[in-house]
Amino acid sequence: MTLELGRILIEEVKWGRKTLIKKRSLYIDRDELIKKAQGGDTRITSITAEIARPGESTRIIPVKDVIEPRVKVEGRGGIFPGFISGVETVGSGRTHVLQGCSVVTVGQVVGFQEGMIDMNGPGAEYTSFSKLLNIALIIDVANNVSKHEHEELLRLAGLRAAAYLGEAGRDVKPGRVDRFEFKRPSSINEGSKDLPRIAYLYMLLSQGLLHDSYLYGQNVKNVLPTLLLPTEVMDGAVVSGNCVSACDKNTTYHHQNNPIIEELLMRDGVDLNFVGIIVSNTNITLRDKQRSSDYAVKLVELLGADGVVISKEGFGNPDADVMMNCAKIEEKGIATVMVTDEFAGIDGGSQSLADSTPHANAVISVGNANELISLPPMDKVIGDERIIEKLAGGMSGSLSVEGGITAELQVIMGATNELGFETLSSREV
Amino acid sequence: MERKYRVVHYLNQFFGRIGGEDKAGTGPLGREGAVGPGLLFQEFFGHDAEVVGTVICGDNYFNEHPQEAKDKLLEFIKGYGPDILLAGPAFNAGRYGIACGAICSHVSDQLGITSVTGMFSENAGVELYRKSAYIIETKASLTGMKDASGKMVTLAMKLARGERLISPEEEGYIPKGVRMNYSADKKGAARAVDMLLKKLKGEPFTTEYCMPVFDRVEVLPPIDNLSEITLALITSGGIVPRGNPDHIEASSAKRYGKYDIQGVDQLRPDEYETAHGGYDPTYANEDPHRVLPLDVIREMEQEGVIDRLYPYYYATVGNGTSVANAKEFAQKIVKDLIRDGVQAVIISST
Repeated sequence: MTLELGRILIEEVKWGRKTLIKKRSLYIDRDELIKKAQGGDTRITSITAEIARPGESTRIIPVKDVIEPRVKVEGRGGIFPGFISGVETVGSGRTHVLQGCSVVTVGQVVGFQEGMIDMNGPGAEYTSFSKLLNIALIIDVANNVSKHEHEELLRLAGLRAAAYLGEAGRDVKPGRVDRFEFKRPSSINEGSKDLPRIAYLYMLLSQGLLHDSYLYGQNVKNVLPTLLLPTEVMDGAVVSGNCVSACDKNTTYHHQNNPIIEELLMRDGVDLNFVGIIVSNTNITLRDKQRSSDYAVKLVELLGADGVVISKEGFGNPDADVMMNCAKIEEKGIATVMVTDEFAGIDGGSQSLADSTPHANAVISVGNANELISLPPMDKVIGDERIIEKLAGGMSGSLSVEGGITAELQVIMGATNELGFETLSSREV
Repeated sequence: MERKYRVVHYLNQFFGRIGGEDKAGTGPLGREGAVGPGLLFQEFFGHDAEVVGTVICGDNYFNEHPQEAKDKLLEFIKGYGPDILLAGPAFNAGRYGIACGAICSHVSDQLGITSVTGMFSENAGVELYRKSAYIIETKASLTGMKDASGKMVTLAMKLARGERLISPEEEGYIPKGVRMNYSADKKGAARAVDMLLKKLKGEPFTTEYCMPVFDRVEVLPPIDNLSEITLALITSGGIVPRGNPDHIEASSAKRYGKYDIQGVDQLRPDEYETAHGGYDPTYANEDPHRVLPLDVIREMEQEGVIDRLYPYYYATVGNGTSVANAKEFAQKIVKDLIRDGVQAVIISST
């Protein structure tokens, strides 16, 4: 299976009369974007669109999801299968990426579980999203819409907008084309036969009730762990439907650009053999956890893996799933490394995880999400910053009169992403 | 020109030139300027700082009268108006190490100034004070004096100037058991693959987080006289009176609430809600009993299954709340419960 990812570098985004890409600038017909995002759904009462550029004194809050505009140019299926396109298997042919920009959905779904992005200042250092040209959609829905419908409406509007903008790149010649080839494990060639066989266990949050992730449009809560090709995620096979703490939920953008998959593909045949991805879920009952981890471990064994990278999503309850997966895999004599963030308290003096296993002797920490940060006021706020005190990671008094924010790192989108998207880590001092 | 920092140095009777073990009962006293190892510190400080005074106390005196010793030494130290306190180094001397750790921790706490000591890793003072004091790791014996002094001085100057520390290894102090964020040189994903390959090859690697050891609470035997007990309700599911009057945080709670439920038989959705930010609040807000089962307990009270329900319930949010905070809440709540004769508690989580 081969996928060519054509990267069209976007260095400026402007409103224009027609949506098109010219000399690395993306011009957007604002009205058409809004219309496409709404998709004729009358439950959406209004959408406003704003642009936030890197370095601008702008704060976006409350953010639900971040999505990269892409378009399928050749090969089976379309972008975001199961939502925007049909359900044909994707991941082959050619896909164009509008690199350097994103669609950011803004709107208060639950009130606690959205996050923020600062485009400037110390807050910008914590998230790669501050380095993107962000097209923010502030979406309001009708009063009688339930929270679950509300989440779905924002999720779909974001995907529609990203697919619409992606279309602008269909006929543009990409600046760079990356070719990703994934070989069948049985066809590993002679030269690299002695390299360690590495699998990736991709745990998705699926606790129901606004804590869901989707695979080809299917809620992974109801899916047994299964195999996925590395290139499928690049076409949007995995989509976020999460309203959890901002710091460690995997946005759709993170899935599209999963850094563990990119790292393993890059090193495939060099110092390792990448044998496959097992997508697993993170459900709430013990029975579900046991069933899923048993099933995932079986697939790891079937792939003949010597080692497994395990990534997590969320914290607390999912700690139980990750420890169970780690212990069962290690008991099979297969080595693991897990990626997790920490909740060690504001002073960093508390235990960081809710569960543990002595088998977890190789852990990558992507930072203590409780650490307190202070952010200066921004000239422009997209959305409504008064919500900060209610966000997970915010507290009474988080917002100063001048508009400065003191809160836990937890409030920043992707700050402690557990796919290892950022360089942040934590250590004992 | 930067002003000269003022340093006070703490020593035991031996290093303070009072005498050997026979003088270990000597009480606190002060001396102008540097004494013994303090002269070496002065050399390292050069023109940046001056050892303006030395305080001395016998090891036995300190360990037998810790509060008096600390109070008196604090008075002496305050008198010198210092910016920095150095203590020891104590190497592997246990009583001396405990005294150095205690005085550093007390002075930092009371005066808010920089304090640094030095000890061998197995000194009893390390476990007691590594969380509250900066302890430079030294050799077991006096042969490590020069190395320890240099490191203590460097660290003290950095702390006094408010410079950012690089890492415990780099600065030479024993980690304080506190997690602090920093930016690594690679993304987490690349570090993960690197670590896995090292692990597979049997090469040395350092995990970025050592697994925590949890307290295990022993389960008590069941209660056989239920009909005679007072039962209390506690929840970490965030059920609070509407408007969240105590401002309990949606995540990593720093407080809990105590709410009067005398005469309350039902938690009506227009009067109660959840403050929890970790789960979908729709169903808890629709019917708060889904998280805090007051309705059922009231029925049981009427039927005589239990004698009575405690007139208050306690609520916090268990969403990323640190173990240290949770422990503190529990210690406070338990005081009420024991005082008021509560024999059993139902804790509902989410």
